[in-house]
Amino acid sequence: MALLEVENLAVSYGLIQAIKGISFEVNEGEIVALIGANGAGKTTTMHALCNLIPKQAGKVTFDGKDVTGVAAHKLVPMGIAQVPEGRRIFQELTVAENLRLGSYTRKNKKEIEESLEKMYERFPILKERSKQIAGTLSGGEQQMLAMSRALMSHPKLLLLDEPSMGLSPLYVNTIFDMIKQVNSEETTVLLVEQNAKKALAIADRAYVLEIGKIAKSGKGAELLEDDSIRRAYLGG
Amino acid sequence: MNTLINGLCLGGIYALIALGYTMVYGIAKMLNFAHGDIIMVGAYTIFSTLALMGHPIPAVIVAVVVCTVLGLLTERVAYRPLRGASPLAVLITAIGVSYLLQSIAQLIYGSKSQSVSMGNLGSVTLFNNVSVSISSILTLGLCLIIMVALTLFVKKTKVGCAMLAVSEDRAAAQLMGINVNGIITLTFAIGSALAAFASTFYLMQIPSVTPTLGSMPGIKAFTAAVIGGIGSIPGAMIGGILLGVIEKFALSVPVLAPYTTAIEFGLLIVILLFRPTGLLGKKRREKV
Ligand SMILES: Nc1ncnc2c1ncn2[C@@H]1O[C@H](COP(=O)(O)OP(=O)(O)OP(=O)(O)O)[C@@H](O)[C@H]1O
Ligand SMILES: [Mg+2]
Repeated sequence: MALLEVENLAVSYGLIQAIKGISFEVNEGEIVALIGANGAGKTTTMHALCNLIPKQAGKVTFDGKDVTGVAAHKLVPMGIAQVPEGRRIFQELTVAENLRLGSYTRKNKKEIEESLEKMYERFPILKERSKQIAGTLSGGEQQMLAMSRALMSHPKLLLLDEPSMGLSPLYVNTIFDMIKQVNSEETTVLLVEQNAKKALAIADRAYVLEIGKIAKSGKGAELLEDDSIRRAYLGG
Repeated sequence: MNTLINGLCLGGIYALIALGYTMVYGIAKMLNFAHGDIIMVGAYTIFSTLALMGHPIPAVIVAVVVCTVLGLLTERVAYRPLRGASPLAVLITAIGVSYLLQSIAQLIYGSKSQSVSMGNLGSVTLFNNVSVSISSILTLGLCLIIMVALTLFVKKTKVGCAMLAVSEDRAAAQLMGINVNGIITLTFAIGSALAAFASTFYLMQIPSVTPTLGSMPGIKAFTAAVIGGIGSIPGAMIGGILLGVIEKFALSVPVLAPYTTAIEFGLLIVILLFRPTGLLGKKRREKV
């Protein structure tokens, strides 16, 4: 049984149906990419998975439990963390406060401190800036913070919505390296990306979303070679 | 000197009320126009408990409990069903709650003013032969303690940090596992408890209660919250104290006294002209 199973998910904004019944799954240990053009419905899918917006129809199973109607905040202790589109770090709080909010639902103080040390080890810049107001970090540093904050909940499944958005190539590489590293440490990843090339390169499997429907799916490496995908998403 | 102390006392009261407005605005994103009436309910609770027990301390404790429960109840019954509704609908509901509370008080206690004696604590003489009433010192000291405690709570505790997170980005806060409804409920509880303290200190200054007692301090405190920058906790404190001191000084000058309220609201206009978000208010950052 897959870690995350989504069946016939549909989402509407008023009269407009943005997601028209999609099904996909993420197996334990995988990196699964969800790629698609602007407005395809990637963010809508991510928001609906965490019940930040209501689902019109469909069923979501996580870790063997039906989580279709479970409130967003209750999914965190169950093991789902999301780095939302645009990072959404708490601009007015310090770096350390942001990180600690990531572990809001955890109880064991010692383990929280250990996680924090781990985050600081991965990105020493965060330790250097721990007392700094997060809004003053650079875009790339904010993305590191957003990802580290999500990992502070020690999730089984990490949902990433366009982690490379607006970053320079150097930072994009850092972020993708981090995704691979986190995945190798037993965190399953569902990755939404505009940067299809990079996403497909690290993904075990991928789904292609086109205006609310899944148009294609397959192994990351295969889709990378697929002619229609190359033309539509990889620039030739 | 006495005017300053009286002004600080009044300012402390305004600040306590303004904190209720500002915290609820910052976290629940709504203007709770019934907040002033919670003070009135607190005052009547003190009046009734005092009549029953004859000692002010249990009266204050009962008032804090009653106001907190009332705050929780109004949030649950009147405001929570409207979460996500248009701000105008919420505002009108709040005004409705305000009238409802006033009418209930009128039904129970009548519209005439009732006098409440919190007991005369006497006064002490400080240097320069300035005599200061103990109740003023108590008011000042307790307001200060409450404000420091609240600041520490918000800045230093996990739940306080969660409150700040909810106020900044509700969706992101949910993704941290924060129960946003729970935090909003807590905010109403704290705001209402502060209102109960405000009614205590209010009665120590002006020992009578009417069903509309909450309106004027409510509006003044709201003004103070806006002057300080609505949504900002230190802003509410500074705005409240500033307004209280200005009010007492204006009242102490015979030429200005009749225009006191006009001066206060004039100050609001001037400040908003130069700083539209208030003294400590932040510019709203646009979300991507
Ligand atoms: N709050 C909303 N109200 C109405 N329509 C919305 C809302 N949010 C998104 N939509 C619409 O739903 C569709 C899917 O949007 P979504 O944000 O999920 O796309 P996306 O794949 O994440 O795009 P991008 O790559 O630009 O982030 C779009 O047509 C968008 O206009
Ligand atoms: Mg998107």
